[in-house]
Amino acid sequence: MEKQATRDAYGQALVELGHLHDDIVVLDADLSSSTKTAGFGKAFPARFINAGIAEQNMIGMAAGLAAAGKTVFASSFAIFAVGRAFEQVRNSLAYANLNVKVCATHAGLTVGEDGGSHQAVEDIAVMRSVPNMCVVVPADGPSTKAALYRLYQRKGPAYLRLGRPAVPKIYDGEKIDFVIGKGIELRKGKDVTIIACGIMVHKSLEAAKLLAEEGIEAAVIDMHTIKPIDKELIIKQARSTGAILTVEEHNIIGGLGSAVAEVVAENHPVFVERLGIEDIFGQSAGPEELLEHYGLTIQNIIDKIHLLLNKKKELK
Amino acid sequence: MREINNDSIALVNEKALIIRESIIKMLGESGSGHTGGSLSAADIMACLYFWELNIDPKDPKAAGRDRFVLSKGHAAPVLYATLAEKGFFPDEYLSRLRKLGSPLQGHPDMNKLSGVEASTGSLGQGISWSVGMALAEKMDKTGYRVYALLGDGELQEGMVWEAVMAAGHYHLDNLVAIVDNNSLQIDGRVEKVMGVQPIADKFKAFNWEVLSIDGHNVEQIMAALEKARSIKNRPTVIVAKTLKGKGCSFMEDKAEWHGVAPKKDEVERALAELHATH
Ligand SMILES: Cc1ncc(C[n+]2csc(CCOP(=O)(O)OP(=O)(O)O)c2C)c(N)n1
Ligand SMILES: [Mg+2]
Repeated sequence: MEKQATRDAYGQALVELGHLHDDIVVLDADLSSSTKTAGFGKAFPARFINAGIAEQNMIGMAAGLAAAGKTVFASSFAIFAVGRAFEQVRNSLAYANLNVKVCATHAGLTVGEDGGSHQAVEDIAVMRSVPNMCVVVPADGPSTKAALYRLYQRKGPAYLRLGRPAVPKIYDGEKIDFVIGKGIELRKGKDVTIIACGIMVHKSLEAAKLLAEEGIEAAVIDMHTIKPIDKELIIKQARSTGAILTVEEHNIIGGLGSAVAEVVAENHPVFVERLGIEDIFGQSAGPEELLEHYGLTIQNIIDKIHLLLNKKKELK
Repeated sequence: MREINNDSIALVNEKALIIRESIIKMLGESGSGHTGGSLSAADIMACLYFWELNIDPKDPKAAGRDRFVLSKGHAAPVLYATLAEKGFFPDEYLSRLRKLGSPLQGHPDMNKLSGVEASTGSLGQGISWSVGMALAEKMDKTGYRVYALLGDGELQEGMVWEAVMAAGHYHLDNLVAIVDNNSLQIDGRVEKVMGVQPIADKFKAFNWEVLSIDGHNVEQIMAALEKARSIKNRPTVIVAKTLKGKGCSFMEDKAEWHGVAPKKDEVERALAELHATH
């Protein structure tokens, strides 16, 4: 199976976009080899600014560049781009409604060996709660590229959440129909719906395949845009399957699961289970090892589906 | 113990060698981690833990103990090597660096490992902790001193200068900052990425005493630490000129060795070189 890190796809797409649009400026904070903005820096040195290890100033400069008419892509690790520079993101980017895309890599547990201090497990929640902010969490390389093209077209502040390790490709780059704010129904099913984002989309598809062998038909949605969330699709799935499981590499509080539960509760209450990190910090270890330790495996998805279906049965 | 003489210098040099060997072995085993910035700080760490600091591994929470904060937290291997050699925990721990469930996290975690005074890893934050610790000492008159080790790239963080301003403002003469001035960060040479020079003048402007030394000369490091004790009414910064990757020729002064661990053959080469030059 072909694999690619979303950060690698990001770096490549940035260079492509750079050739197409002169107004693009890229910023980084001493992590350009890891966030993969170095390629853009090499291709367009005059439009690349290394802020040094100064994320707050990077976001502040991004605001100024955007106010002067540039389309800005600013990168660091998620923990620093969202965490360290949060108030600059909130006031200088979002409150001012400027055209800056905060493209953060190394989000979630799959940062791996660097450990809990470097694993952002709260970034989706934090960014989702900021007015004007659009939040996108792509599942693989091709959809990362598609997201970047769409984000360029869409004016205003956005957060793109990317990962460190190579992940299986789900989409064929040419055929992907990626619209911000519209979830993608990757698999149809009548018994239950799995709504996932990021690296958990592939695991959800694998789980659905195994569930099919037991005779359980699970629909799988790639909810790449967490905000604005695709309400219509969530309500449609709640109606048609009567049970929803959300799956994300993020704290159980405030992320995709919360966003989906809000829509379901207000519009068409059905059972919702949320699979995510159980409100606990990460630690050092290999990426897959951590996903297993914190309960984010294919088997964990299957177990949760069984739980959901039992609840559904008891109700009847 | 506090005298600077041939014996104390020889002892600290010996410890610095042990620390470097331990860094190489530890990183070789873990397969990931920060090599360059750990090696550049080995002599400074040896001076601190085997000459300067008033600490007792058998009583790691003693109220009056000196505090050391690794503000450049990614250099965790140099801290772990030093703490193990000092006796804070068994050497066997070192083979579990960055492994699931290990007290030796990728970046220091004060709640998981004895001897770690502050959970660091996000650059800039350790120096603020250190100012807080020094302020607490002034309130309680516990008699301890606080030492913080910073990277030169780390100086680009705005919060470093907020902390430096606060320390100057509060006349924290119980605080010593040491800058590991190896002139490299991840994306290349510090002066090329985002210049921080003149470092000394910046600290002076914030009312700090500045001592500039060779960070691999144990005698100079000891003398600077001794001098810092005599400075009253203001904090001291020791700007230590160092080489990233110091001790292993193929790593020295190379940005590529910032966050990469040595492979098996590189471990052997590095250990052989360390022995030969000692
Ligand atoms: C706030 C923050 N931003 C970014 C990083 C990622 N990072 C880790 S080490 C490093 C470079 C550090 O350079 P320097 O301070 O000179 O350390 P040294 O050369 O001694 O290793 C960076 C950018 C971080 N740990 N913290
Ligand atoms: Mg440096």
